Amino acid sequence: MRIALVGNPNSGKSSLFNHLTGLNQKIGNFPGVTVDKKIGYCQISPDTKAEIIDLPGTYSIYPNSTDEKIVFDILGDKTSPLYPDKVVVIVDASNFKRNLLLFTQIFDLGIPCVLALNMMDLVKKSGHAIDHAKLSKELGVPVAPIDARKGKGLDDLMKVLTLPVGPLKSLIFPAMDYAEEAIETVKEAFAVEEDYRAYQLLQQHSISSNLTENEKSLLNDIAVKHEFNKDELRRKETLERYAAIGGFINGAVSQTFTHLPKRWTQRLDLIFTHKIFGYALFLAILFLIFQSIFAWAEVPMDLIDISFSKLSSWLEALLPAGVFTSLITEGIIPGIGGIVIFIPQIAILFAFIAILEESGYMARVVFMMDRVMRKFGLNGRSVVPLISGVACAIPAIMATRTIDNWKERLITIFVTPLMSCAARLPVYTIIIALIIPDKLVLGLFNLQGLALMGMYLIGFFAAIISAAVMKVILKTKERSFLVMELPTYKMPRWGNVGLTMYEKSKTFVFEAGKIILAISIILWVLASYGPADRLDRAEEIVKAEHAELDGEELDNEISAYKLENSYAGIFGKALEPMIEPLGYDWKIGIALITSFAAREVFVGTMSTIYSIGGTDDETTVKKRMQNEINPETGLPRYDFATGFSLLIFYAFAMQCMSTLAIVYRETKGWKWPMLQLIYMSGLAYFSALLVYQVFK
Amino acid sequence: MVKILSAHIFALFIIDLNNLLKIRSVVDLNPGESGVISELLDGTLSLKLLEMGCLPGQPITMNYTAPFGDPVCVSVSGYDLSLRLDEAINISIQ
Repeated sequence: MRIALVGNPNSGKSSLFNHLTGLNQKIGNFPGVTVDKKIGYCQISPDTKAEIIDLPGTYSIYPNSTDEKIVFDILGDKTSPLYPDKVVVIVDASNFKRNLLLFTQIFDLGIPCVLALNMMDLVKKSGHAIDHAKLSKELGVPVAPIDARKGKGLDDLMKVLTLPVGPLKSLIFPAMDYAEEAIETVKEAFAVEEDYRAYQLLQQHSISSNLTENEKSLLNDIAVKHEFNKDELRRKETLERYAAIGGFINGAVSQTFTHLPKRWTQRLDLIFTHKIFGYALFLAILFLIFQSIFAWAEVPMDLIDISFSKLSSWLEALLPAGVFTSLITEGIIPGIGGIVIFIPQIAILFAFIAILEESGYMARVVFMMDRVMRKFGLNGRSVVPLISGVACAIPAIMATRTIDNWKERLITIFVTPLMSCAARLPVYTIIIALIIPDKLVLGLFNLQGLALMGMYLIGFFAAIISAAVMKVILKTKERSFLVMELPTYKMPRWGNVGLTMYEKSKTFVFEAGKIILAISIILWVLASYGPADRLDRAEEIVKAEHAELDGEELDNEISAYKLENSYAGIFGKALEPMIEPLGYDWKIGIALITSFAAREVFVGTMSTIYSIGGTDDETTVKKRMQNEINPETGLPRYDFATGFSLLIFYAFAMQCMSTLAIVYRETKGWKWPMLQLIYMSGLAYFSALLVYQVFK
Repeated sequence: MVKILSAHIFALFIIDLNNLLKIRSVVDLNPGESGVISELLDGTLSLKLLEMGCLPGQPITMNYTAPFGDPVCVSVSGYDLSLRLDEAINISIQ
């Protein structure tokens, strides 16, 4: 049996899904679009295992965004491979009236459904009562009161799900009364049984992704021929549905819900949306996030760094010397280490973002920022992608789907990768640690933490200035809307937060990890091999040039010579004239080349480059970079000017294949990802050039 | 562009007309004040607003405004909704 979960945003749908399926869920994509499709399994009775599918949250079957469109694409098409046997419509009972609209639409589609009444505790607290038995009789479907946060009432829900489907009651919105001829024609031409399904085909055919062009034009002809005025009918439909809902409320609810005492939400909103405290608090929260990423992630990151270099040297001692051993100890292990080291920071970032979303605070940020964002050609809703962009541009760009205005959405997509994502964090961390002293300013703030926050601010300003420029360039005829629910504040459900942390870290390790690992291995090969005549004579040449050296110093000199003459070294050298004005040498050049696939490769590359020719005990990448000397000046290679120039380069450059791929999918073409690549790389090069020339 | 301009002109026109006829919209409510929705003016927007529970005959309360006076937060049908000023002006009240 397949069961679909449908409900309004903030109705507790994902909590219910998590409770029903536990960790037994997998995340994929709906066909053709990159909307998260969550599927899980649940034993609803001893002999029935149900497949549970979580559909995107929506207020109505008429979509406002590409995410919401999926609901009708699946529920409206009986031939869809995901078409459910039953639907659980979950409603926020404390916001009963508006939540029930979607239920009445699903009901009229003729799919067997069950109504799950969530947040009954809030209803009780406000001095109201819903008689669910009576409601069930009036609606003609089973009704189960549940508490999705605590997972209560799930047994009853599962019990009613296994009940046989009763006879369907009459439709809530009798579409036939309004457009009989058109509906009859569609039912015949498309072999549809249900009146409302035929009516919906007439309403939504132009945006459907299931219909062929022929079918669309046929539906259009029918609509024109029978004077099917869709907007007028939709207006009448909504009014009629609300009238019916009024009737249900009178029958089953002891008091109507016009005045809920939402004292806490009101009190908190006075502070959270205050013109001074509101912004101050928002800044403080952002500051807290960055400080904690730097402070809390440091210890586990150092531990991971040290453990991996220990593992390398332990394995090197254990395994017989040879090509295979050095591939493992100098290529694969530093490569994997470069992935694992991100986990603490990514987990912390996603935890914060999940908490802000779950608590209802994110909607207030949208509310406060809308006016400001519109000045830059963005929308209040752009704040969510921009903040998520701090974690990773890929989910952030997917989150732009809530913006229904195409121009605002495009600008948001274009500038989001300028926000410093988690993958830049290790680059920032290691370079900041090299060039900024670790001390307190004003006895309170860590100077390195401040520098890190500065990097994020640079990214943010680059993003909004670019947006303002695009606002002037791009033209549009479309109108932009806000119309957004401000949900009541809730304590975040820690289970959901934990699950988000786990899922996102896992996705990162496996998705990004594949690329990083592959590049690490390729890089090791390129750095270990070179044109045969040059490498074979390495020892000979070095001995001839540095006759005074012996022992360890000689070995170091030989390995440095080998790296310089390997394929990687040759590539880096070829790039050197171009990057020298930016303050980089050929070793950094190698890192830049590999970083164009994914910027997080930087640290891995650094560790691979500096591991070639020996993994000394307990020497971390940071130490090795610190000890690197610029042969021309005799001073450390990573001085302030070079470090700052690198920071700026990594802040602006488009170095992520996955982001380009997702922009291609979301904008349906190569135009925007290519423009993004050119714009961001150009910005990175010239800004880094400017920085180095000023500070050197 | 033309459509945006015309929407702006339309909004300005409504403001003028409202002043003339003494028709009030949600924008005219002070924080804490309530009214009853009499009509929704804008075509495309009104379909959205209806689905979100802004129905003629429903009481609507102005809660508070965002720091720069736009958008605003109203209570309707038992929950809080945020609207921009040029959206809220399309909700006429008695």
